[in-house]
Amino acid sequence: MQGLEVRSLSKRFGGLVVSEDINLDLPPGARKALIGPNGAGKSTFANLVTGILQPSGGTIRFDGQDIARLNEARRVKLGIAKTFQITNLFRNMTVRENLRLPVLERDGRGFGMFARADRNRAIEDEVAALIDQFDLGPLADRPVQDLAYGQQRLVELALTLALKPRVLILDEPAAGVPSSETHLITDAIERLPEDLAVLIIEHDMDLVFKVARSIVVLVQGRILTEGTPQQIAADPKVRELYLGGGHG
Amino acid sequence: MPRYLPALLLIVAAIGAYFLFPFNLAFLTRILIMIVLVLSLDLVLGYAGIATLGQAAMYGAGAYAAGLFAIHVWADPVTGLLIGACAGAALAALSGLVLMRTQGLTLIMLTIAVAHICAEIANRARDVTGGADGLRGIRMEPVLGLFEFDFIGKTGYWYAFGTAAVIFTLLAILVRSPFGLSLRGIHESPERMRAIGAPVYWRRHVAYTLGGAIAGVAGALTAQITQLVSLETFSFALSAEALIMLILGGTGRLYGAVIGTVIFMWVHHTAAANDPFNWLFVIGALVLAVVFFLPRGLMALPAALTRLAKGGRHAGS
Repeated sequence: MQGLEVRSLSKRFGGLVVSEDINLDLPPGARKALIGPNGAGKSTFANLVTGILQPSGGTIRFDGQDIARLNEARRVKLGIAKTFQITNLFRNMTVRENLRLPVLERDGRGFGMFARADRNRAIEDEVAALIDQFDLGPLADRPVQDLAYGQQRLVELALTLALKPRVLILDEPAAGVPSSETHLITDAIERLPEDLAVLIIEHDMDLVFKVARSIVVLVQGRILTEGTPQQIAADPKVRELYLGGGHG
Repeated sequence: MPRYLPALLLIVAAIGAYFLFPFNLAFLTRILIMIVLVLSLDLVLGYAGIATLGQAAMYGAGAYAAGLFAIHVWADPVTGLLIGACAGAALAALSGLVLMRTQGLTLIMLTIAVAHICAEIANRARDVTGGADGLRGIRMEPVLGLFEFDFIGKTGYWYAFGTAAVIFTLLAILVRSPFGLSLRGIHESPERMRAIGAPVYWRRHVAYTLGGAIAGVAGALTAQITQLVSLETFSFALSAEALIMLILGGTGRLYGAVIGTVIFMWVHHTAAANDPFNWLFVIGALVLAVVFFLPRGLMALPAALTRLAKGGRHAGS
């Protein structure tokens, strides 16, 4: 199968089971959200898929290839990328430099020592296109640490997209962003390439219901249910367990 | 400011120093050699963010390798420099296999340990290295077959200057390259670099090896020009002084390494001449002032003064 295929994935830390028997498909073009209460194992799942953590059992296939034992860098090269829950950027570098780095790495130029990093036409064009795509033009040559948090989240997204991933995992893309700036993130997610498979981990239900076409609910490391936003919103189990607390 | 003006100023300064202090050429040469060592530290620590207090290990390896090569094989200076670079690179590459897996305090302690081990090996292997008496009997052939090493040190000065200029130029190219940018990236966020698919361990390993090669060149210069290699080349004090010079000038900028070295060596020289017992006080006060008021080093002084003149409150930060 094309895209990402997770089967009976589990993760234990000693006796503590944080993920158990997770089955999830993420075909090209998917817009899936992963929701669940704190400690449900959402970020663990993201880390298992990207290779930051090694699974205790189960398989992760990408285009049919088993990737469960590959390290993080190898999975990035295959096209699996993730944004960070807490913004993690090159703070002293400009926005342009932040975007130049992933493009150079993706092109396999990271060990180049004799050419100048900022004089490659094709790479600079690509960086400029990303800057335009995320409306970062006026900020392009400012250090990232001078940017508002919402804008930094956009750089985070642009930086990950610079890798030209085929599977994109957004780990709480709107976390810490003031509600007045959330629309920046929502707009950017809605403008992602159509054929990209996207998995969004998010607490902001407005954002989830706006961009997700299907929702997976994770509770205590297990999948409780999966369905369309309408089904999830109407599901009494979900309402009781998760949305009941005044979130909806 | 034209792009090549700072480099031009340095060249003018080097020529000026030669004519202004004709009787201090040995000291000036020593400054040039230290500049090469501090530049190597700048690549490793300033750019790649590899915390080390053992850069002298590679400096000493380069010095002994170049000295032994000159005595036993061939006394050609430039070939000796390459041998020194290879020795420094080999030691860094080998120790780096372990060192680059660690970080922070562990890394610092291990770098110190590597330098100590090297010193002890050189001390024990008396038959080869001369032990505590040092390696003697180095007689160099003329540089490029043309310039004899002279008693006053004219040839030594220009030879060291030429080497330092070549190293500086190579590093200036390196730090602007994709590799240099990726080192800055690793310095700021190794997690993010891994997330964009960069092999962080190997990047750091290559940076450490290149830094080792340059430190090896500095060591080889010392061996060839002073015609003596002592156990002091491996000393902790040397590693620490190189670090202080770099912090004084400003880490992560090549001119910072140059300025910091010149100022430290000059203050050391004059203060020690005036008061042989308390000169360290002057150095200490200088370092304190820089760390408190100019955390990015003396290289940040002009910008800080401009900001101060404009009424900015956070000068230097």
